[in-house]
Parts: sequence; structure tokens; C-alpha cells
Amino acid sequence: MSGLPFLSLLLAIPAIAAVACLFVGDRNAKFVALGATLVNFALSLVMWSQFDVGGAQWQFQELREGLFGPFNWALGIDGLALLLIVLSTFLMPLCILASWEAITKRVGLYMAMFLAMEVVMIGVFAAQDLLLFYIFFEAGLIPMYFIIGIWGGANRKYAAFKFFLYTLLGSVLMLIAMIAMIAEAGTTDIPTLMSYNFPVDMQTWLWLAFFASLAVKMPMWPVHTWLPDAHVQAPTAGSMILAGVLLKMGGYGFIRFMMPMFPEASAQLMWIVFALSMVAVVYTSLVALVQSDMKKLIAYSSVAHMAIVTAGLFAFNQQGIEGAMIVMLSHGVVSAALFFCVGVIYDRLHTREIDRYGGLAVNMPAYALFFMLFTMASIGLPGTSGFVGEFLSIAGIYEASSWVAFVCTTGIILGAAYMLYLYRRIVFGELTKDDVKAMPDLNPREWAIMAPLAAVALWMGVYPESFLAPMRGDVTTVVARLAPAKPAGDAHVSAGKPKAAEHGSGHGEAPAGEAHHAGGSQ
Amino acid sequence: MTADLALIWPELILTVGGLVTLMLGTFLGDRQVGLYQLAALLTLGAAAVAVVALLGVNVTVFSGTLSVDAFGGFAKLIIYGASAVSILVAPRFFTSGMRAEYPVLILFAALGMGIMASARDLMTLYVGLELNSLAAYVLASFMRTDERSSEAGLKYFVLGALASGMLLYGISLLYGFAGSTDFATIAARMGGELNIGLIFGIVFVLAGLGFKVSAVPFHMWTPDVYEGAPTPVTAFFASAPKVAAMALMTRVVVDAMGPAVGAWQQIVIFLALASIILGAVGAIGQKNIKRLLAYSSINNVGFMLIGLAAGTQAGVEAVLTYLLVYVVTTLGAFLVVLQLRDADGNQIESIPALAGLSERRPGLAAAMAVFMYSLAGIPPLFGFWPKYLAFQAAVNANLVPLAVAGVVASVIGAYYYIMIIKTMYFDDKSEVEISGGGDIVEGTIMAASALWLSIIGYLFIPMLGVASAAAAAVLF
Repeated sequence: MSGLPFLSLLLAIPAIAAVACLFVGDRNAKFVALGATLVNFALSLVMWSQFDVGGAQWQFQELREGLFGPFNWALGIDGLALLLIVLSTFLMPLCILASWEAITKRVGLYMAMFLAMEVVMIGVFAAQDLLLFYIFFEAGLIPMYFIIGIWGGANRKYAAFKFFLYTLLGSVLMLIAMIAMIAEAGTTDIPTLMSYNFPVDMQTWLWLAFFASLAVKMPMWPVHTWLPDAHVQAPTAGSMILAGVLLKMGGYGFIRFMMPMFPEASAQLMWIVFALSMVAVVYTSLVALVQSDMKKLIAYSSVAHMAIVTAGLFAFNQQGIEGAMIVMLSHGVVSAALFFCVGVIYDRLHTREIDRYGGLAVNMPAYALFFMLFTMASIGLPGTSGFVGEFLSIAGIYEASSWVAFVCTTGIILGAAYMLYLYRRIVFGELTKDDVKAMPDLNPREWAIMAPLAAVALWMGVYPESFLAPMRGDVTTVVARLAPAKPAGDAHVSAGKPKAAEHGSGHGEAPAGEAHHAGGSQ
Repeated sequence: MTADLALIWPELILTVGGLVTLMLGTFLGDRQVGLYQLAALLTLGAAAVAVVALLGVNVTVFSGTLSVDAFGGFAKLIIYGASAVSILVAPRFFTSGMRAEYPVLILFAALGMGIMASARDLMTLYVGLELNSLAAYVLASFMRTDERSSEAGLKYFVLGALASGMLLYGISLLYGFAGSTDFATIAARMGGELNIGLIFGIVFVLAGLGFKVSAVPFHMWTPDVYEGAPTPVTAFFASAPKVAAMALMTRVVVDAMGPAVGAWQQIVIFLALASIILGAVGAIGQKNIKRLLAYSSINNVGFMLIGLAAGTQAGVEAVLTYLLVYVVTTLGAFLVVLQLRDADGNQIESIPALAGLSERRPGLAAAMAVFMYSLAGIPPLFGFWPKYLAFQAAVNANLVPLAVAGVVASVIGAYYYIMIIKTMYFDDKSEVEISGGGDIVEGTIMAASALWLSIIGYLFIPMLGVASAAAAAVLF
């Protein structure tokens, strides 16, 4: 079983299904797509079960040299990539289900584009060759351009153009940086490059070029403006996959490329990341507060959450990076769920105006319950996935800089404000509008999408160790790589009292450890 | 001398084949389309076989005026292939009956282009160039009764004559100050101190060649000629002569001017960036698909020139790879344009008429989308690869700012390519009913090139790498 080329299979199944979808007719295409994504999800779960936690850094490696001349078909994953791949395969069948009835025109093409998207996402996370990574990274633009442009809302063409050109402009600079890296290091192998020491002055340029690309993808303020447009115009499933996985490519790029490959530059330029993150957290939260369009509100909240991710990553310590990863995973599940929540009522009333709704708790109790859960997870209520990630990352940020931690925490407060305000306006209040009264509660298909998302959000909140364990070793490696360059933080944390450590060693080491750090620093 | 003849088989075959086809056309009349088309294709095929047979050879013939080598061979194979496609697609376009001169002119143009790609002397360079150009002027105005076609021919001729004049002036300066028309002798002279005469010679020669590859600022003729010429001719102009002119320019720059890097490099860099930027910006407002593809060719030439500007073997390899991929893509795109006819059988060239093409003709729209993304250089389509090679050559030759400027400008270019895709896929159906097409040969060529340009092309990278390296090594 271990000899099975898991990653190639994960790529091949949706690729073949995508081609099939184009030819089997609209009705069958749905089933082909659903089948392929479910098989892929199952396969990725088998892969997770076989993943040796604490074993070799790179597992499931595949290498075909010479196939593409100067670069190779090299795949392989560590814990970080594993989790992001599972996130992608988990969300894909839900996206297909979410589009089951909402998409009526050119279904075959639609399903093919989604499956192509899945290939691209898995490819990005699994690629171990710099050029292979770039090809997958960039290839994602094509299906997303079609998804937004063909099946999007009224202003979809503008949004599709903006998405495409914005992200392309960022990416091309990264390509030049990659060429320079390949010339300098003489290899395209990502694991080798991760331990290659680039000259420090060169690192700065490479870092900036990568930053130009990944900051757009992430997206960071002030290059985030494509995101609200893309989200608002994209169909529900498009938003789910965009928020759920595509934004994570940015974060993945930070942790896979920028931090381990250019540690000195990362340390020198961390102030840029911190500054932009702080602005983003506060500014986009405030913008979210005044939105009248549901999808736009959630889109801005994504920018704010991603800012916590970037700040957490550049804290350069175990908690910060692990927290950032958990925020990414949590946001992947929760924002996809929130976009689906919007999609559910959009399908019924065909408007995203918050004011058109109200009082849904009366006639859609099950919906109100799920929406509440995801709202809380987005805010970061303890017990939900959002809390674990935000707490860990802010604990990490605090070690690096208490001011950044302070500003980021206000974002969490503001996050509670805009999410609860949104929830109140949609779900609570008087049920006065006739068309809203006529809206039925969740149907079985919608239940089938909501329930797994809710289960994962809770699981991640109650027992995050399942997700922390696979990535711990990889994060430690990154932290060790960054250690020589790491600037001193202003928090002066101490290890904490030994007595407390004994007490906490029984359960969930990582969160307990964090609590001590935070406690010790006071 | 007779020994030399054995080494120019491709040229001999083309000459004889062209004359035979001309005789066939004269004596059998224009009705025997199939026959003289077949004769022309057989001639090209035989010439290609001769090129392949001579691939291992690397000698100069006729007192060093012509070079028989892998570099010329690589270019000639692309040229012959593109010429064959241009002949294949013609009969269905000229609905009122194709004339026998068409394949003959293409054959003679191909002969001229072959000489251009092999020239090692300023005089052979000029002879090849003019042989190609004279055939091209006639081809541009091939639809005599069509005003736009006649205008295109006249415009091409007048501006082409001007460019030839500049080129000749440059040649005379180079000859005067270097004392020879032979590339090797000129290169030896360039190794020493450059005087003003030589510099002027370089400038004028590059300006004349820039006209032929339609690099900015010598591109003005391109949109008008591409728009006015009959579509199969436009497809031909956009493919084969580009290869010949680019190969010629590469040879002149590397072989004849090689040592004077400082003098030619900045000119090529300027041509490259101006072409990329103007080719991209100029295309944005276009409403005619042929004009748009003209700007696209200007834009793409700019990227090839980035590879050339590097002046290294890797740069030349990038140029050659780029040429092949570009020719396949452009021919494919023009084949799609050829399929677009309204209910009355009139050619559709306006971009707004393409609206909703993906619903009327999904296969055709998908092929066009592949060609457009490929021209824009978006991975995973194969058009990305030559762009990557060109940028890599530039970066490795310490021309990072050039690569950065080029790559950023490529985003501007992406705008109008994805605009075509938007028109085909996002817009509501236009009123124009698009019919036509369905020809098996054209369909196969389109499908094959679209497939090759999608992911499959990457499997050919090792092969292409070996071939282009062997070809480029000749110059170094």
C-alpha cells in the first residue's frame, strides 16, 4: 500500500474526471465530479492515516527525473502540505454539492473547472520542484477566471479580469526570482533550496519578489482589493474554494519559501509584514463592519484573518507559526461554511443585501443554528477552531512584539462586532418580510454540506492536537532555520514554573505549553 | 562548386519544385487545385527530408556565402512546416477558386526564407530577404479585386522597400568600414575599436531587420497588412517569415556583430521592450481579430528579442524554442479565425461577433482559448515555456532589469488575450450565426496544435532542448 503513488493519483483522478465531465453531458457531469472528489477525499484520508507523524520530514515522495528536461516531476509532502491537501480534498465534494442546484448552465464545463481547480490546489501543495510549483500556482488562475466569469454575478466580468491580472502581476515577479534562485543554487529541488544559504543582499530582492506574489495571493492590505470583488461576484462554490483553499496558497508560500529560503531577509523585513498586517486587521475589520453585502463582509473578514496569519508566521516561533497554520485551516473550513451559509439564503431570495433578510431564526431554525456555530468559530469562541488558531498565533506574536499582538487582538474584538452584527441582522429580529417568511429551512443536501463543516470546526476547536501533531516537526524545522536570524522580541518570556509543566503534561501538550509561555511573560 | 550543390539540396528541390508547380498551373489551368497543391506539398516535404538528411553537416558553401548547419536546418523545418499549413488551408478560403500562383509564391518565399536562415554573407542575406519579400508583396495583394488586399500589398511593398533601403545602406556602411561582406570577417573587425561608420552600419542593418520581424518602432505595416491580406496569407506572414527573419537577425547579431556587444545589445533591448509594451498596449483597443493577432505577433517578437539580447547560447536556444512554439500557436489561432464564417459564407473578423462562441462552437472556442492563454504565456499551457527560457537567458546574462520589465509588461499583454476569452465565454451570444468549418484536415491541425500546447508539450521539452541546443551551438 505504501508503494502507491498517492500524490500522483490525487492529481490524476480529478484531471481525468475533468476531461470526462466535458463529454458526458450536464446531468452525468455532476455525478462524475462528485464521485471523483469523494474518491479523492477518501484517498487523501488514507494518505493521512499512513502519514508517519514524527517520521521523515518529506513523505510520499515521487520523482521522475528528465521528464520535463531541466525540471522534474517531483512530488512529496510534509505535515503542512498534508493538512492543506486534506483541506482541499475535504472542501471539494462539498463545493460540488453546493453547486448541485444553483448551477444550471454549462454544468459540464463548470464541473470540469472545479476538478481542474482541485488538481491545481493539490499540485501546489505537493510540488517539490520550484518550476512545477510555479506552473501549478499560476495555472489556478485559468479555472478561477472561468468560474467567476461565466457563473458569477452581475459584475462578474470586471471581477474576473481584476482577479486574473492582479494575481498574475504578482506572480510574474516571483518567476524572475525563481530563475535567479535556480541560477544561484543550481537546482530546482525545493527541499534543497530550503536549506540553501542565499547571499544576504540577494535574499532581500528575492524576498521582495516573492512577497509581491504571495501578498497578492494572501491577500494582504493594500493589495487585497481584488478579493472582495472576486468573492462577491463568484458563485457560492467559487467563493468557498477561493476563501477555503486559494488564499492558503499565499500562506503556504510564506512558510515554504520565504521563511526557510530567505531567513535573513525575513528577519530584516518582518516589519513590513507586521505593519501591513496591523493595518489590515484593523482597517479591513472596520470596513467589514459597514458592509451591506453579506459576501463582501465575509470577504473583508477573510483579509483580517489572513493578516493574523501573516503576523503569526513572522513571529518566528513555534506557537506563532503553528497558530497561523491552524488559523489557515480553520479559516479554510469556517469561511467556506460562511460563504455556503450566504449561498443557502441567496439561492432562496437571490439577493446578498443584508437588509432584505431578518428573523430567519423563526422559519429556518436549523440554518440559524449552523450559522451561529460558524459565526462563533469565525469570532474565535473557545471550543471552536477559530479560538485555537487565534490564541496560539497571538501568543506567538506577543513573544515577538507586544504592540503587534495588541493591535491584532483588537481585530478579534472587531471581528466579534461585525460577525455578531451580521448575524443579528440576518437571523434575529422580526420576521416581517413575506418573501423571507416563505423561505424553507435546510434541505437534506444542505444538511449534508453543513454537518461535516460543523463537525470539523468543532473537532479542530476541541482536539486541535490531531492537526497540530503532523505539522509540529515541520514547524520546528522552520523555527530552527529562522533562529540565527531571529530578532529579539520585546516580551522576554521565561519558560514558566516546572510545577505547572508537570501538571499540564498529561493532555494536549501544545496548548498547555503556550499557556505557560503567556503566563510566564506577565 | 559541384560539391557545394550537393549540400544545398533543400534549396534546389524548392527551386525545381516551384518551377514545376508553376508549369502545372500554367498548362493545366486553375481548376486542378488538388494537383498543384499536392505538387507544392510534395516539394516542401522533399525539401524537409533533405534538410533532415543534412542536419549533421556544418560547412559553408559557395565561398563562405551560405552556411549549411543545424541552426539553419532547425529554422528551415519550421518554415517549411508553416508554409505547408498555409498551402493546405488556402483552397477553402478562396471560395471563388484558388489560383495556381498561390502555392508557387509560397514555395519561392520558402526558398528565400531558407536562404535567409542560412546566410553567412551580407549579399546572400539580401538576396534571400528580397526573394521572400517579393513573393510576400504579391501574396498580400492576392485578392486583386479586394480593396483592402490591394492596399495591404501596396503598403507592404512601399514600406518594405524603405526597409530594404535602410538595410542596404547599413550593409554598404558595414562593407565600407569592415572591408568585407562576410560575417566572419566583419566579426573580426568588430572585435577591434568601433568607429562611427560601423556603429551606423549596425544601427541601419538592425533597423532593416527590425522591420522584417516587425519589432517596434518598425512595426507600423504589420496591423494593416495582416488585416488586409487574405487570412491564409496572414497566417503565413505571421509564421514562416517571422522564423526566417528572427533566425537571420540572430545570425547577424551573433555571427557578424558578436564581439561588439555594447553596440547591438542596447538596440536589441530597446526593440524588445518597445515591442512588448507597444504590442500589448496597441492591441487593447482592437476590434478586428486579425489586427489583434498582428499586435500579438509584435508582442511575441519582443519576448524573442529578450532571448536574443542575452546574446548567449541559452538565449539563442530560447529564441529557437520560442519560434517553434509561437508558430504552432499562431497558425492555430489563424486556423480558428479561418473557420469563422457567417451564414452567407463571409469571413468574420470582428471580435464582438465572437461573443458566445463557446456555446455555438465549444470545440473551436476551447482551441482558441488554449491558443490565447498560450500566447499570453500562462502556465500550464506550453506558451509559458519559451517565455521562461527567454527570461532565464536574460537573468543569467545579468540582464535582470530587462527580464523584470518584460515580465511585468507581459501582464499588460495578458489583458487582451483574456479579453478574447471573455468575449467567447462570458458574453451573451452575438446575432451573427457562425457556421463553416468542419474540414477534417484543418480540424486535425487545430486539435493537434491545441493538444500539444496544452500540457502535452512539456513532455517534448527534453527533445526540444537537445534540438535547440544543437542548433544554437553552431553559432558559438
